Amino acid sequence: MRKGQYRFVAGFLFVPVALYLIFVIWPYIQTFGYSLTDWKGQSQTFEFVGIDNYTALVRDDIFMGAIWHNILFLVFIPVITILLALFFAFMLNAGGRGRAGGVSGVAGSKFYKVVYFFPQVLSLAILAVLFGAVYRSDGGGMLNGFLVKLGLVDANDPIEWLNEPNLVLWALILVVVWHGVGFYLVLFSAAMQSIPRDIYEAALIDGASRTHTFLRITLPLLWDSVQTAWVYLGIAAMDMFILVSTMTSGEYGGGPDHHSEVMSTVMMRNFLYYGKSGYACAMGVVMLLLTLIVSVVMLRATRRERIEF
Amino acid sequence: MGSTTAENTGNDNGSEGVGGSAPGGVGRRDLIKRSAALGLITVPTMSFLSACASGGGGDDSSDDTQGKTSSSNPFGVKKGSKLDVVIFKGGYGDAYAKAWEADFDKQWGVTSSHTGTQEITGKLQPRFNAGNPPDIVDDSGAQKIKIDVLYKNDQLLDLAAVLDAPSIDDPDKKVRDTLIPGTLDPGLQEGKVVALNYIYTVWGLWYSGKLFKEKGWEEPKTWADFLAICKDAKSQNIGGLAHQGKYPYYINVAIMDLIAKKGGLDAMKAIDNLDPKAFVGSDAAQAGVEAIYEVVEKGYLMPGTNGLTHTESQTRWNQYKAAFITCGSWLENEQLKQTPDDFDMKFMPMPLLPDSVMPFEAIRAGSGEPFIIPAKANNLPAAQEFMRMMLSREWSTLFAKEANSLTIVKDGVDTGVQLRPGTQSTVEVSKAAGDDTFRYLYTEWYSEMDTAIQNASNELMAKRIQPKEWLKRAQAAVDKAAKDPASKKNRRD
Repeated sequence: MRKGQYRFVAGFLFVPVALYLIFVIWPYIQTFGYSLTDWKGQSQTFEFVGIDNYTALVRDDIFMGAIWHNILFLVFIPVITILLALFFAFMLNAGGRGRAGGVSGVAGSKFYKVVYFFPQVLSLAILAVLFGAVYRSDGGGMLNGFLVKLGLVDANDPIEWLNEPNLVLWALILVVVWHGVGFYLVLFSAAMQSIPRDIYEAALIDGASRTHTFLRITLPLLWDSVQTAWVYLGIAAMDMFILVSTMTSGEYGGGPDHHSEVMSTVMMRNFLYYGKSGYACAMGVVMLLLTLIVSVVMLRATRRERIEF
Repeated sequence: MGSTTAENTGNDNGSEGVGGSAPGGVGRRDLIKRSAALGLITVPTMSFLSACASGGGGDDSSDDTQGKTSSSNPFGVKKGSKLDVVIFKGGYGDAYAKAWEADFDKQWGVTSSHTGTQEITGKLQPRFNAGNPPDIVDDSGAQKIKIDVLYKNDQLLDLAAVLDAPSIDDPDKKVRDTLIPGTLDPGLQEGKVVALNYIYTVWGLWYSGKLFKEKGWEEPKTWADFLAICKDAKSQNIGGLAHQGKYPYYINVAIMDLIAKKGGLDAMKAIDNLDPKAFVGSDAAQAGVEAIYEVVEKGYLMPGTNGLTHTESQTRWNQYKAAFITCGSWLENEQLKQTPDDFDMKFMPMPLLPDSVMPFEAIRAGSGEPFIIPAKANNLPAAQEFMRMMLSREWSTLFAKEANSLTIVKDGVDTGVQLRPGTQSTVEVSKAAGDDTFRYLYTEWYSEMDTAIQNASNELMAKRIQPKEWLKRAQAAVDKAAKDPASKKNRRD
């Protein structure tokens, strides 16, 4: 390249890096700074309190409970979503009965693929309203209405899905899984289609069953995509703010009685509602650390030998 | 996927480097893509950042807004200055404020700018932090900035000057003396009025006059009568009591009112003053909670009401699915569209428990919709004058016309204004109550304690805890608030 070109390119490189530092890294540093103060969030007056906020955090049962819920989400959301998405993707791409020796999906798989993707088109806010109607706590709710008609639930004592400590987390997990499966199905489908057909054909000729084909061929060759899905879903499970805050009761959600609390809802409540902004910043720092740890652990745990084809 | 390069393992969440650059340098497409992506990120971050970034600037430029004071212009509004008004655009809309501003601009030669929004916190927190808040704010709604929080940060102007200024309607009187007694209390922080709760509100039970006539029910005066109606309703497949379960604030109104009426003002003040025997050890508190729990235990709640939002629950009630609902006087305005024409909405005080100290007529009454003047407002004279005019009969009538509700100005509505049946019944009940009104303040003083009690009530209504446990949890919340060093200065006598 000529000299002028270098300068031109360097200019383009410098600006993004500078913007990144100013708008991404600096707020993080600022947040950490605030987390060492008793900032209340409505003015620039605060005092340095050292690690008081962090020691208070450890003793905060609500926040600790929230971490626990995030961990539950972290375990169940990726596992259920990925398993379902893999299963469906396999059925759509290689699950059909081999017609004329080829490898194909079940009948109508193209149609299914579109249908499965539908939930992904909806924003989380719409989803919250939609499932609010599904889980509605009286006979007007879709689930309750259905169960009452079937005679499984007493109309005078309907199930308060989002107001039951034992059900609320599962009700939320269902929404996220319903939302996510379609996207990961398409992701896995695309990956599956890049697997050479002859491998499947060879397996078929050798008399491999569908299960065997899936476990021995599809899954290993798909590992990269699964890993990506895992990390993405893991990060989503560490967040969950929109769904919890709009669907469950309480200021910024988390109800009933903190049974669906996640870290971000506790943080928002402390930040905006209780005016304990410095304390909330400490929560933010903890969230950042935990999310980083989770990402690293997930990448490490799923690392495997690459198979080239 | 089939990426074949073995080194690419560390490709984390893929936000970066999707387009692997060719060895010859960064491709133009990549550059454009990345700068576009950065643009997308920076726009939302900017506003967030302005919330975080240290403000500093914005020293008061009061010199260009301070005019000469006179008896008709006690704050010295300066002609040609600007006034920045932010109004919560909720159940009352913001048309009333626009009418006010038009009048204000005409009278004083000031230019008002108007913002009607529901996102008070989102819009104003960055401005408070940066030191350039608006001049006058209607700080209400779900996203209001808590008054106690603002106050603790020295962001609120002491409104004493406005309240001690001469009234517009009668210059011989102070503004303070033209208001309904007690309506300033909720705006108190450490003895200073820092928020003006402008709308006169009463809380209690609501029912449909039509349904009651049909069923031959009479307005219950005692808790026993109330339960009898609930029982009769249940036998006819109607819920007894509905409440807005997703927001336990509403059922807390019922519980706390029973406590106050049973034990009198002392029982109420014990809670506000964080008494170590506010709940556990208080007979009134125990009786109040047990009374509510009886409704739950006997199955008189509208089925599913515990998980419904306020609108869902109120709409069900409008469909005659429940006999009673607890709410404040904004209910009628909020449900205008859902209420059948012949519904005949009626308001009543909480029925009495046996041996209550207060009479049946006593109601929780007070004021809502806090208007504040930020201490660092740019145009303090105009903001104060604006507030003084809000408390005139003319502007109060304007409000009643546009927002269909009463203000804290005594007899503040011209007689020509026709009120809806629900609002009319609140007027009558208030008259009957006379001086027998009460109002809790802990909700404004201690957000955390309020939330904790709300959670306990939610558990109680769902039958997951018993009254004893509720009392314990409520007392624990009180004790926790009492330990907070910041809470020592709030006290009422």
